[in-house]
Amino acid sequence: MLAFILRRLLQSVAVLLAVGLVSFFLFRYVGDPINAMVGQDTSQQERDALREKLGLNDPAPVQFVHFLFNAAQGKFGLSYRTSEPVSRMILERLPATIELSFCATLFVLFFGIPMGVYTGLYPRHWSSRLLQAISLIGVSLPTFLIGILLILFFAVILHWLPSFGRGETVTIGWWTTNFLTVKGLEALILPSITLGLFQLTLIMRLVRSEMLEVMRTDYIKFARARGLTNRAINFGHALKNTLVPVITVAGLQLGALIAFALVTETVFAWPGVGQLFIQSVQFSDIPVMAAYLMLIGLLFVVINLVVDLLYFAVDPRLRGQGGAARVGSH
Amino acid sequence: MMATNNPPLLEVKNLRVEFPTRRGTLLAVDDVSFDIAPGEVLGVVGESGAGKSLTGNAIIGLLEPPGRIAAGEIRLEGRRIDNLPYEEMRKVRGARIGAIFQDPLTSLNPLYSVGRQLVETIQTHLPLSAAAARRRALELLKEVGIPGAEHRVDHYPHQFSGGMRQRVVIALALCAGPRLIVADEPTTALDVSIQAQIIALLKRLCREHQTAVMLVTHDMGVIAETADRVAVMYAGRIVEIGPVHDVIKNAQHPYTKGLMGSIPHLGERGGRLTQIDGAMPRLTEIPSGCAFNPRCTFRGQRCLVERPDLMAAGASRAACWLHDAKGVGAPVGRELADA
Amino acid sequence: MAEWIRRAADSDIWWSFKSSTLTVVAAAATLLIIVLAFLSPLLAPHTPFDPSTLNLSDGLKPPVFVGTDGDWSFPLGTDDQGRDVLSSIMYGTRLSLVVGFASVVVAMVLGIALGLISGYVGGAVDAVIMRIADVQLTFPAILVALLIDGIVRGLISVQRHDEIAIYVIVGAIGLSFWVQYARTVRGSVMVEKNKEYVQAARVIGLSPALIMVRHVLPNVTGPVLVIATLNLGLAIISEATLSFLGVGLPSTQPSLGTLIRLGNEVLQSGDWWITVFPGATLAALVLAVNLLGDWLRDALNPKLR
Repeated sequence: MLAFILRRLLQSVAVLLAVGLVSFFLFRYVGDPINAMVGQDTSQQERDALREKLGLNDPAPVQFVHFLFNAAQGKFGLSYRTSEPVSRMILERLPATIELSFCATLFVLFFGIPMGVYTGLYPRHWSSRLLQAISLIGVSLPTFLIGILLILFFAVILHWLPSFGRGETVTIGWWTTNFLTVKGLEALILPSITLGLFQLTLIMRLVRSEMLEVMRTDYIKFARARGLTNRAINFGHALKNTLVPVITVAGLQLGALIAFALVTETVFAWPGVGQLFIQSVQFSDIPVMAAYLMLIGLLFVVINLVVDLLYFAVDPRLRGQGGAARVGSH
Repeated sequence: MMATNNPPLLEVKNLRVEFPTRRGTLLAVDDVSFDIAPGEVLGVVGESGAGKSLTGNAIIGLLEPPGRIAAGEIRLEGRRIDNLPYEEMRKVRGARIGAIFQDPLTSLNPLYSVGRQLVETIQTHLPLSAAAARRRALELLKEVGIPGAEHRVDHYPHQFSGGMRQRVVIALALCAGPRLIVADEPTTALDVSIQAQIIALLKRLCREHQTAVMLVTHDMGVIAETADRVAVMYAGRIVEIGPVHDVIKNAQHPYTKGLMGSIPHLGERGGRLTQIDGAMPRLTEIPSGCAFNPRCTFRGQRCLVERPDLMAAGASRAACWLHDAKGVGAPVGRELADA
Repeated sequence: MAEWIRRAADSDIWWSFKSSTLTVVAAAATLLIIVLAFLSPLLAPHTPFDPSTLNLSDGLKPPVFVGTDGDWSFPLGTDDQGRDVLSSIMYGTRLSLVVGFASVVVAMVLGIALGLISGYVGGAVDAVIMRIADVQLTFPAILVALLIDGIVRGLISVQRHDEIAIYVIVGAIGLSFWVQYARTVRGSVMVEKNKEYVQAARVIGLSPALIMVRHVLPNVTGPVLVIATLNLGLAIISEATLSFLGVGLPSTQPSLGTLIRLGNEVLQSGDWWITVFPGATLAALVLAVNLLGDWLRDALNPKLR
């Protein structure tokens, strides 16, 4: 087990390095950093001096190492667009994205898993078929479209909920939160639903198909042959076996939500990290893009690691003997 | 059926199991009738697809849809069980009829310890406290021969070997004290060396607990070892049924004769193994009259048109016109059915 | 030929197709949309992207069935520049479809090629390709597509970018999807590589690579098709999202996503039709594609027979 953890840690570091490499290339070689930073009439001499000062004439590997050092401390230089330090821009907007993703995750798990279980247990009932039809629509609608429709309906027509922005936030130290005021919470509703809907349908379909497979296994048949109650079979045996592989996906979902937030944030003018990234793409603001990349990379690597560890905790077949072979079957 | 003075434990009368498919309705079990006496071991033997497992599934009420019981009756201790509502049948399963399936690895839930699965089954059917149930679970594990039961009771299925797992499965099937066990190929998935042990265990336990067994298998050797009587199935029908030694040594139905002849015996030298030409027909292509007739060396005109029921034949009963006073009619050359 | 038709008509796949009315409807709808879209130069009542045909006074007309302003020559209304919504939708759908299909093809070709190479050559090449795949998989496809677009944008001028936008988008989306194909194909190659006929081919002097490819490709057709059907809907959505975000197809060559973005800008003032109709078309298209994909997956899945 220890060997497994070590191996995964090493893999994670490798992935982070790779991401760092891509970031670095972006940073250094796409466009010219000097041109982006200085005005039109800066002399060639001054540009050369600046180049030297920023270490842009050092050999590439040296620059890469510097880059990594700085990245580890959160220093990504100045935005080409606003000339603000990139790290500050990101930190400012991080709470918005995190709270939104968190809410969306709750939405996804709270509704998605039960719906998946239900449609898995009673696949032929009309209510299941209805839910499945709705889920198909959920998968087919792009997130931005869902957002627009929700805004049109609930904000523009019904005036029940705000149509954009973060509404009221309360500042606690470095963090700003929506959770402490009613208006703040209201502002979270539409964006969370929008962000979560796609993943909700995915989770629901996944849980459903896992459930269906589990219900066809020999051990469920044997459990029935022993006369166990439906409740014991459905919730004791089937559910537990279904949820084990779902955990991985659910964990990855959370990461995906944080990354996908960029579309939702744009639709709702939600001042989060995602919206920042979009703006940076539109303006070719490389430092911000690079920083965002590393941030997301770090996030996913951490989530992957946690999910792998969770797997260990839940599936007894993996414990002991350093079992690293992921048992995917039932 | 055989003359016993006790009323039969299980009576199956004219059972028909159908599968509606897009190509029409398939008849997988066709007018099957037999009894099992208390404590008796009935072997049910036949090729794959002959309908033996389906018969077993129908008896425990676990036919998978779209399969369904189309006709017939199944009675356990005189009471009809084929038409019980789900909840009633659930109480019968485990407590009055137990089941053992082929693959011990997939029969056990990998995420729960063996002890928990035992205790759960015990408490479903018997009014025991958790502590008492656990004690009973331990007793059962010892009975089926799991060494070191005290700490193995908390182990997970993957920590047991194949033979040990099947012992656990047997313990689970027996734990609520059923009168009948339906065992569907219980040794097929095990190593040959383990098979004998498991069969011996099953036999011993059933004698001790006075439990009857319906032992479904394609392995005649297992039947010879364990069964009191044997039923031979072919194309969804029973073609011969009788005391096991009579059927083996003195088969009355041409198919059974062919089966017995195809088993090599230690000590016999030379000679070729008998082979029955052709193959068992698919469910969509069952011949009229006697289902075996295309492959039968003894067939006559009557065999092509009239379907024989089980009739007295020596010490057993066989579904063959050869044993009827009127015989098979004019002999007809054999055709070879396509494989 | 007749024999082939007869066998196809009798097959399980056709039966499962016919017996699901939903799928038939979906297939019909998809076909209809595709035909309409590709015939748009002939069928569309207007050419909305030829500025010379536009008349600003036609701007912001609501659809025919709403209010009294309606005009049958603009059945679904117009946007603020006087462009006919119906025609825009037709041209836009065509673009969305083209980009969707093209990016799936790009992903397939790239993925299969890399998978073949990776599996056959093995060693360092394999390790590198697979590591790249792993890293790329860490990121959601849309992010990868955005990144690629951002890079290209940083390298060339805005105007040039608009001209080649469609190629950039197809490339970006295609590049974000290749990994699944590569992995499937690689897996198949590694299975085949160890088989004896490959050794035998070497002995005879035939190129083992070609022989192996001949054996690998039929094996992977099924799974690759499944992945492709899953990807097509996603590709269309990805393109729409990119366009909506302003980094996809520009307003001079709009896809459905771009149209929705343009409509969104006037949404608050209640001119809903400019957004809703393209939106509905997009939804219908992806829904139909997904239904077909679902059916195809179930039909090809031996476990569910």
